[in-house]
Amino acid sequence: MTARESYFNPSSRSTAKSLIRLIVLALIAMVMGLPFFWMVLTSLKPFAEAEQTHLIPKQLQRDNYSVVLNLKSPREPGQDKLNIHFGRWYFNSIFIASWVTLLQLITSAMAAYAFSRLHWPGRDKVFLTYLSTMMIPGLMLMIPNYLIMVKLQLVNTYSGLIIPAAFSAFGTFLLRQFMLSIPTSLDEAAQMDGASPWQIFTEIILPLSRPGIITLAIFTFLGNYASFFWPLIMIKDSWLYTLPIGMLTFDSTFGRQTHLLMAAAVMNVAPLIVLFVLLQKHLVRGVQLKRP
Amino acid sequence: MNNLRRKEFPWAMMFLAPSIAGVIAFVIFPVFFALAMAFTNWDLTHREPLAFIGLDNFRRLLWGDESPRFWKSAINTLYLAMGVPVSIAGSLMLALMLAGPVGGSNGHARAGRKVMLGACGLGFAGVVILLMRGWTDAAFLAGLFFTICVAGAAIGSVFFRTLFYLPYFTSGVALFILWKHLYHPDIGPINAGLSFLIEHIQAIIPGISAAKVELPKWLSSVNNLWGMAPETMSPSKQFFGLGARDAILIMGIWCTIGGNNMLLFLAGLGNVPKTLYESAAIDGAGRWATFREVTWPHLAPTTFFILIISAMACFQGGFEQARVMTQGGPAGTTVTLGYQLYIVGFEEFRLGLASAISWIIFLITLIFTLAGWRFGNRYFDGEIES
Repeated sequence: MTARESYFNPSSRSTAKSLIRLIVLALIAMVMGLPFFWMVLTSLKPFAEAEQTHLIPKQLQRDNYSVVLNLKSPREPGQDKLNIHFGRWYFNSIFIASWVTLLQLITSAMAAYAFSRLHWPGRDKVFLTYLSTMMIPGLMLMIPNYLIMVKLQLVNTYSGLIIPAAFSAFGTFLLRQFMLSIPTSLDEAAQMDGASPWQIFTEIILPLSRPGIITLAIFTFLGNYASFFWPLIMIKDSWLYTLPIGMLTFDSTFGRQTHLLMAAAVMNVAPLIVLFVLLQKHLVRGVQLKRP
Repeated sequence: MNNLRRKEFPWAMMFLAPSIAGVIAFVIFPVFFALAMAFTNWDLTHREPLAFIGLDNFRRLLWGDESPRFWKSAINTLYLAMGVPVSIAGSLMLALMLAGPVGGSNGHARAGRKVMLGACGLGFAGVVILLMRGWTDAAFLAGLFFTICVAGAAIGSVFFRTLFYLPYFTSGVALFILWKHLYHPDIGPINAGLSFLIEHIQAIIPGISAAKVELPKWLSSVNNLWGMAPETMSPSKQFFGLGARDAILIMGIWCTIGGNNMLLFLAGLGNVPKTLYESAAIDGAGRWATFREVTWPHLAPTTFFILIISAMACFQGGFEQARVMTQGGPAGTTVTLGYQLYIVGFEEFRLGLASAISWIIFLITLIFTLAGWRFGNRYFDGEIES
């Protein structure tokens, strides 16, 4: 695109100015990126070196990762395997976030179809109610929802984390906006041919909404992978911890073991970075679509 | 049309059923439940029998026995809100740098790239020299810098956009733990870097070398830029400095500056018609005048929208960072409204009082929402037309 041109040809038309701009941007990029580099470098240090301030490890210790994953005992003498279930937390987080994403996509896409394509009395009023629920702070729902979970005996279960997150007014709103931009002539033609709304939904609208669905999927997955407050109050059993809660307990029990904590943090962040690099294009478009 | 409506109604209900059932069960019902709870003294530890007590919870919070804790958390939240305008201004600056107005020719770009590659070549030579002298850290930093320069020159602004977005995308408990260690007063890299800088500045300017500069204690310090005492909140010189709240604030800026706000600004900048820049250039407008007269009018709605959203998030937020990094300490200086809700509700089990806090948070955000709506509708219409 024009990004490259615009970047090298600022209005000043002077190479010196664009060089300065490059240097300033690179300096900011250093500030943004250095914490990540520090995290990776520290995760490769032995314990003694992690207590010092130099950046590059004098001695690489890749074992830190297998220690965190509970495959090996720490190098330091007199220590047993850590009593944490990092691999299990990893699985829990990805499992829960995937289920929430799938369910939320289904419920939101169906509702969005009803709001954007079907005609029924009171549609706009119901949609406005939906919209207004978006301004309710999540904090406010924590206590009542917790009590509901207690009543349903879902505290300390996967379902307790998945079910309340499977519905989203925001997701419905996002997909409705997207579906409104699909020309109606397509489904009108299908209607003439006698297709039912369900057929139109699955065969025309869903395939055409793919970009919107991918965007929503990324945000939902991300939000649930990083979710903190709800799992913190819901989950008591360390086997059912999600990564954020696991990281919190890991940090409070082994707070001095910076090198191990950083290895855990790298593993925590790595899937997100992969996801981000792969799906960047959708994401940027999605954010710009997110504007109400 | 009416016939169509009747025919499609059952279908609509079928499509809506799963979503509506969930929203009613987990959003609409809980809101009203929370409202009812706020007027009771509901307490899971059964200190007193359950009763409706009217507005008493609000009285206790605003000027009764709970008010010192409540107002303290409100002030802490307000303190962190200082980061919002800084972060938004930073996002705008980054967006402006990434999307400078287009002009000039392609041949010029090629010449610029040659100069940059040449400069970077010299830089890498410097890195090799540093490495040969055994200064690995310096070589690493310099090497990283020049790699970023080369990658930026080769890939363009997309490279920087990606990099700036990364902290926002990955933000969460892992990054908060990372920052907790970055802030470590003795072995953390931030203080190591600061003391390195101070040493060298003192070496260059001999006059100040006598002054002993004390490094901030960051997360374990109650100091702040307003000089507030931790308990009385009254200003005092003794508490002026950088402390836990500032640490969380700085980290917050790092996390959000390159995030969605920057992308929204970039989109906003893309919507400014290029012809306006050309005519501004013909009129001989300077940089600042161009920004004020051409760019800013197009960005103002986006800025307002971002400000509303960020303020809302700020008044609800702060719990996760503080819970992970400081557990609310030192001396309760990082307890925000959201954290206070957690303490009262899930540590002290006083559900009635906690619901009252949640309603106060809701009312604060409602003010922002209503302001946003008044303005936002206009903005929304404009978007559709264009």
